[in-house]
Amino acid sequence: MTAVLEAEGLGKRYGRRWALNECTLSIPSGHVVGLVGPNGAGKSTLLNLAVGLLTPTQGSLSVFGKEPAIDADQLGRVGFVAQDTPTYAALSISDHLKLGSRMNPRWDNSLAEARIRQLGLDPRQKAGKLSGGQRAQLALTLAIAKRPEILILDEPVASLDPLARREFLQILMETVAEHDVSVVLSSHLVADIERVCDYLVVLVSSRVQLTGELEDLLASHHRLLGPRTETGATIENQYVIEASHTERQSTVLVRSDGPVLDPNWTIEPVSLEDLVLAYMGQGKSQERSALVEGQE
Amino acid sequence: MIWLAWRQFRVQAYVVGALLGALAIALLLTGPHLVHLYDTIVVTCSAHNDCGPVQVSFLHEDRVLKQVSLLLELVPALLGIFWGAPLIARELESGTYRLAWTQSVTRARWITTKLCVVGLASMIVAGVLSLMVTWWSSPFDRLQDNPFGFFGQRDIVPIGYAAFAFALGAVLGVLVRRTVPAMAATLVGFVLVRFAFTVWIRERFASPLHASTTFQAPFSTSFGAGPIRNSGTWIISSNTINASGKVIGQNGGIGPNGEINFRQLPGGASEFVGVGRCPNKIPAPPAGSRNDSSPPLAVQHAVQRCINSFHLRSLITYQPTSRYWMFQWYELTSFIVLALLLAGFGWWWIRRRVA
Repeated sequence: MTAVLEAEGLGKRYGRRWALNECTLSIPSGHVVGLVGPNGAGKSTLLNLAVGLLTPTQGSLSVFGKEPAIDADQLGRVGFVAQDTPTYAALSISDHLKLGSRMNPRWDNSLAEARIRQLGLDPRQKAGKLSGGQRAQLALTLAIAKRPEILILDEPVASLDPLARREFLQILMETVAEHDVSVVLSSHLVADIERVCDYLVVLVSSRVQLTGELEDLLASHHRLLGPRTETGATIENQYVIEASHTERQSTVLVRSDGPVLDPNWTIEPVSLEDLVLAYMGQGKSQERSALVEGQE
Repeated sequence: MIWLAWRQFRVQAYVVGALLGALAIALLLTGPHLVHLYDTIVVTCSAHNDCGPVQVSFLHEDRVLKQVSLLLELVPALLGIFWGAPLIARELESGTYRLAWTQSVTRARWITTKLCVVGLASMIVAGVLSLMVTWWSSPFDRLQDNPFGFFGQRDIVPIGYAAFAFALGAVLGVLVRRTVPAMAATLVGFVLVRFAFTVWIRERFASPLHASTTFQAPFSTSFGAGPIRNSGTWIISSNTINASGKVIGQNGGIGPNGEINFRQLPGGASEFVGVGRCPNKIPAPPAGSRNDSSPPLAVQHAVQRCINSFHLRSLITYQPTSRYWMFQWYELTSFIVLALLLAGFGWWWIRRRVA
């Protein structure tokens, strides 16, 4: 599997604060990758580094094996929708499409125009007069119509209402289905990730806590319910991610390396949200813990 | 990329173009009349022996429109403030740089194109404005014969000012990353540099010439610098020195503050201050004559004869009129070089440091 995005010991420092530190990561191509993590985990910094808006303080990062934004060709291969989906307020929608066509050699104008029509937007309207959802759609249209090989979206739906959010993600999914494009999408909302992604990266305090295909992750993690056990108790074949205890009962979220042998445990499937929250909690409690790899 | 740079800029370009056009019309409508007046009345005044009043009345023509000269002080600063400072600061401030820098155009090309398009436009605006104003003001300028007095408002230097102000604004915008503070900083920076050139650097473009004349008492047009002042030269300093070479006054005067003054005495008479033992009492002017008329010739001669006995000289340091164009080119070049240095720094900073 070739990697679209690879980071090795990647770090970005602002003054004395590290926004991202010693991040090592490899994202395979052909996936819709959800990058989740709490606020301040470094998601935005990582994605901005990936599109070359930021330069690393240390370590290295490559997209398709090349330094980001190193030349026009490399820029053309990466589509980016920045956080808050910036557009030029004074320029109309058709101006933005023209901007796209003038600044991108592989620009697909019929695709862009079809998208705008489909969205029911008036091409003469100024971008500054668009709603947040419409502006996000315009930014997405620009990123899609340049026909990138990877589409990177930095919290594209964070400021949208639920309806606009659903619409945006739907169009994103249609695009992925239509064109052969990898997607990396950051969000702190697991529901969004669940709707569109098939690959998950959990980033906590700039460390990758969990990475892998969504299906595999869900299949390999379980919630075990059973009589109260001692804290820190180990379960055969199981790697405990998170454990909570009431007076009589213990609930344990585990990664299974084999079948659960102890018949005292009741096995339940785990939701993505619980899985992500468990890893986030783990990452926070042991910030310096070793890298936990999911199944590839 | 040129398309985007132009598209973002064109409304402002149209507005400024329209203003320039309106000003051009106003100047074209009034300019030929001034040339006509100059050719028919001012040139022939010595034949009619009425040069004084004719020149004064000519210089009072078009007093309002004459303020266009001030535009050349203002416009380069305004270009720096309104075209230079927001150029990149606004992109950084509103976040649109993230859209622009992730198209298939490198950051280097983006910044180069933006700087070139708007920078050249700024220089064209200043150049055209200066051309119009220089042409329109030429009859006044010929009469006043003081080219260094309007040095920054004529000919080619405004182009350099505009280039510098623009580059300064753009770079400050890159550094400050906020539009309004960048605009303020641009104004301050431009005024400081412009001022430094006017009062300090310009006169050092070439070592000045020196002239020495017999010290003239301050009665008439030959006061102080004498003939040199009247031929459009730029007087840098004018010292009065005594027989032993010691500086005893400035600007055609004697004494610590360089002044020789009339002092009104009771009864309408007056006296000179600062000429020591010389005869210095001037009788009251005859009734009905103008208050500021010169003292009688006999008194003037008496004072001058007395001063001559001290062997005082006026030592004048000056830049001759013939250097005007050399200075214009030097100053233009200086500002263009400063602009290029700034632009190069901004270019490097955008590529390497804004990250």
